[in-house]
Amino acid sequence: METRIFQEFRAIVGPYGLISSPEELHTYECDGLTNFRVMPQAVLLPANTSQVQAIVRICHRERIPFVARGSGTGLSGGALPVENGIVLSLARMNHILEVDLANARVVVEPGVINLDVTGRVQPQEYFYAPDPSSQSVCSIGGNVAENSGGAHCLKYGFTTTHVLGLEVVLPDGSLVHLGGKCLDAPGYDLLGVFVGSEGTLGIATKVILRVVKRPECVRTLLAAFPSTNEAGAAVSEIIAAGMLPAAIEMMDNLAIKAAEAAVHPNYPDCGGLLLVELDGPLAEVGELMQSVEALCRKNGAWEIRLAQTDHERLLVWKGRKAAFAAMGRISPNYIVQDGVIPRTALPRVMSEIARLSDEAGLKVANVFHAGDGNLHPLVLYDRQVAGQEKAAETLSYRILELCLEAGGSITGEHGVGEEKKSMMSQMYSEPDLDTMQRVRCAFDPFLLSNPTKIFPTPRLCGEKPGEYLAHPTERAGLAERF
Amino acid sequence: MLETKSIQEELRTIVGAGNLRPSTLDDAVCGMAPRFVVTPGTEQEVAAVLASANSAGLCVTPRGSGSKMGWGNAPRRVDILLSTVRLNQLIEHAWADLTVTVEAGCTLHELQSVLARQGQRLALDGLWPERATVGGALATNDSGALRMRFGSLRDLVIGMTIALPDGTLASSGGKVVKNVAGYDLPKLVTGALGTLGTITRAVFRLHPLPRNSRTFRFGADSFEVMQRCMLAIQDSKLAHTSLQVRCSSEEIAQADILFEATEAGLSAQELQLRKILDSTHVTKDSAEAWNARQDLWDSDENHDLIGKLSILPSDFAKFSKLLMVWSETHRFQWRMVFQATGVATLRLLGEAETLVSVVRLLRSNLIQDGGSFVVLRKPKALSGMDAWGDPGDGLALMKAVKQGLDPKGTLNPGRFVGGI
Repeated sequence: METRIFQEFRAIVGPYGLISSPEELHTYECDGLTNFRVMPQAVLLPANTSQVQAIVRICHRERIPFVARGSGTGLSGGALPVENGIVLSLARMNHILEVDLANARVVVEPGVINLDVTGRVQPQEYFYAPDPSSQSVCSIGGNVAENSGGAHCLKYGFTTTHVLGLEVVLPDGSLVHLGGKCLDAPGYDLLGVFVGSEGTLGIATKVILRVVKRPECVRTLLAAFPSTNEAGAAVSEIIAAGMLPAAIEMMDNLAIKAAEAAVHPNYPDCGGLLLVELDGPLAEVGELMQSVEALCRKNGAWEIRLAQTDHERLLVWKGRKAAFAAMGRISPNYIVQDGVIPRTALPRVMSEIARLSDEAGLKVANVFHAGDGNLHPLVLYDRQVAGQEKAAETLSYRILELCLEAGGSITGEHGVGEEKKSMMSQMYSEPDLDTMQRVRCAFDPFLLSNPTKIFPTPRLCGEKPGEYLAHPTERAGLAERF
Repeated sequence: MLETKSIQEELRTIVGAGNLRPSTLDDAVCGMAPRFVVTPGTEQEVAAVLASANSAGLCVTPRGSGSKMGWGNAPRRVDILLSTVRLNQLIEHAWADLTVTVEAGCTLHELQSVLARQGQRLALDGLWPERATVGGALATNDSGALRMRFGSLRDLVIGMTIALPDGTLASSGGKVVKNVAGYDLPKLVTGALGTLGTITRAVFRLHPLPRNSRTFRFGADSFEVMQRCMLAIQDSKLAHTSLQVRCSSEEIAQADILFEATEAGLSAQELQLRKILDSTHVTKDSAEAWNARQDLWDSDENHDLIGKLSILPSDFAKFSKLLMVWSETHRFQWRMVFQATGVATLRLLGEAETLVSVVRLLRSNLIQDGGSFVVLRKPKALSGMDAWGDPGDGLALMKAVKQGLDPKGTLNPGRFVGGI
C-alpha cells in the first residue's frame, strides 16, 4: 500500500490507531478459525463513527477492500483479512451509549462485549438474550455480522430478534440508519438483511438492542441416557407435549468426558446427556418440570438431577459452554462444525455420523442445541499425523452434506465466512445465490466490504448472470431466441 | 430479441384459458382497472407470467384475497392483476419439527385449522383470517397482539420462495428454525408490499397452542396512570402473551392482558397481576377483547382514516394527550388500539382537510423519536395522500435494492415508500 495512504489513515486514527508492523499484524491474520490465515496491509482502530466513515471513504476512493473485526472469536473465518486489504477493528468503540429500560432498549457501540450488556442491566433484572458460548469475549458488532445464536435462542430467538436498529457505514462511506428504537419503520427491512450478512454489506457503528426481563424462575434439569437416540426421543416428546423450554442441550459421551476433564462439572458418565432448562413463572415451571422429568424417565433416563441452586445451575452450564475448548484436553486438534437438521432427523444423522467417523478412523464428539436441531460435531485429529488434517476436513464437510440431505442447513450460528462458501452452492441454487448477490450489489457495488466471504463465486455488480437461462416463454414454447 | 405473440396469448398459454380473464369492477386497484386478471396454478407459472409482463413492459400487481389492497400508495400503473388464490396448498406440516411450508394463497384460517389438528399454531393474529392469505399477510407485514410474545412475521418466517420479474424463482432461508447461511431475504420481502418479488411460498416456525388462556381487563382514568400500569406490567416478571390498551376521544382507557399457561401458572399470574395493579380494579374478560384491532376497521370507509402508529411504549401517555388536545382544537374523533410493543392501530374520524392536518401534525411530532404513522385506509378525497411518511436516510439504498431485483419497475410501481 502506498505511503500516502498510510499517512492519510494515520491522520484519521492517530499513531496508536494504526497497526502496520508485521509482528503486530500477525494477531489479526485469522479469527477463531485458525487454519485460514491472511496478513492484512494494515489494521485500523477507529474510535468513533466519523473515523470509520473517513477510513471507508478512502477505501472506496482507492478501491481497497476492508474487513471489519470485533473480538475475532468467529468460527467460520468471517473476520479473515483479504489480500491487499485492511482490517478495521472496532475494539475501541466499546461504549454503552444509552440504557432505556422503560422501553427495554440499550444502545451500544459495536465493540461492546456481549456479556457486558447483561452486566449493565442486571441490577434491574434484565438480560441480553443471545448467548453464544463466547459471550464473555465476543462483541455485539460481531454478533450482528454473524446473527449469533446460543443455547437460549430456542425460546428467545437470535441476534436478529434482538437488534431493533443500526447505524451503518456503507461501503462508500455514507451513513444510514436501519430500523430504530420504534418498530416497523416505513420501508424495506434492510435491518433484517444486514444482520447476519457477515460484514459484506457495510460496518455497523451503533446498535439498538432489545433486552429482556429475567423470568421469575429458572430450573435446569440434567438427564443421563444410554445414548443420544434415547435422549433425542425425549426431546421430541417434550416438544410434542407443547412445551417450549428456554434451552435443550445434548452431549455425547466423548463431549462429556472432555468437559469433565476441563471444568469438572460432575456430569454423569453416560452415552447421551440432556440438559433442559425451563423458565417462567414459578408455579408453571415447577409443574412443567415434572412432565419433563417423566418424559425423560419414560425414554430411558437412568439418572436425573435438578440443579437446585444458582451455583449448581452455573456449573451445569459451565461444562456445556466449555465443551469446544475442552476438546483440547482429549485431542491435539479439532474442527468445530456447525450444521442444522430438522430435529426429527437426529437418530438417522447421528448413526450416519458414527459410521462416517469409523470409516475415517477419526473420533467425533457431538455437542448440540437439540431443541432446534443445531449440531456441533467436533472432529478430533492430530495435525502431526500425516493426512489426518485433510481427512478431518473431508469428514467435517461430509457431515454438512448429511445435514443438507436431511433438509437442514450448513450453518446455524457460526456463519458461512471463508470456511463454508464452497458449500453454499450445495445448499442454494444458482438463481438463489444470484438474487442474494443482487442485494449485495445494492449495498456494495464495488465489492469492497469483506468481498471474498459467503459466496462461492462473487458476482461482479452490473454484469449479467453469465449462464444462459431459458426465458420462461421460451420454455413454454411461446418464443424463441434468435 | 424475443419474438412474442400478443401478451394475452402468451399469458393464456402459461396459465390456461380458464385462468386468464378481463378485469371486472371488483378487480380495481385503488380505482384503477387492470387489463387482465391472471391466476397461475404453480410457482413456475407465476414466474413465467412475471417474465412475460416484464419483457412486454407491463406492470403487475399481485393479490391474495384482496383484503388489504388499499394499503400503500396507489400504484402508478396496473396492467396485470396476478392472483395467488390457486396457489393455496399447504405443502408440508412437519409438526414434530414445528415448521410448516405453505403456498402464498392459503388463507390464515385454513392454515391455522390444519396446524391446530396437531395442537400447533402460527403465532400470528392477523386481520380477517378467514380471507387474508399468507402471502398478503407477509407482504403487508400485518401483526396483532400476539406480537408482544412471539414477534412479528419477520420473526416467524424462516424460508421463502419469491418470483422475480425476470422469471427467476429464488429461495432463501430453509426449513429449519436456525439457519444463518446467506442473506435473510424473507425479512427483506416481508412488508415490501409486493414491490420486490411475488411471494409464492413461505416456511414458518410454529408454536404449540396454549394449554389454557385467560384475559383480564382493567381501566385507568388518565393516560398517565394507564401508562404507569402498562410499564409496570412490562417491567414485571409476568409471562403475559399480549397487552393492549383501547382508548378514544370519548372513553377512558381500558387495557386487556392475555395469559397463556398451565392452570397453576394462570392462577399464580392472576394474583401477581392484581398485586402489581394494586388498587386498580381488574376483571376477567372474554377473548373477544382481542378483536378490538380488527373492529376498528368496521366503520364508515369514506370518512375515516386508519393507520399504523409506531412509538416508544413510554410515549403512550404523551401521544394520547396530544391526540386529545388536537381533537379539540381541530375537531375530529379518534380511537386507538395500542399494543404494549408501541405499535398501534389508530382511527381518525373527521373532515378530509382536518385529517390531512392531523396526519401532518402526527408525523412531525413523531419524527424526532423515530416513530412513524403509516396510513392504511383513507377517504377517497385523500387518495393522493402519501401513505408512508418519511423513510429516513435509507431511501437511496432501498431504491438500489428495488433496482437490483426489479430494474424495470414491473412490480407494483409507486406503491411503496419514496415512490418505489
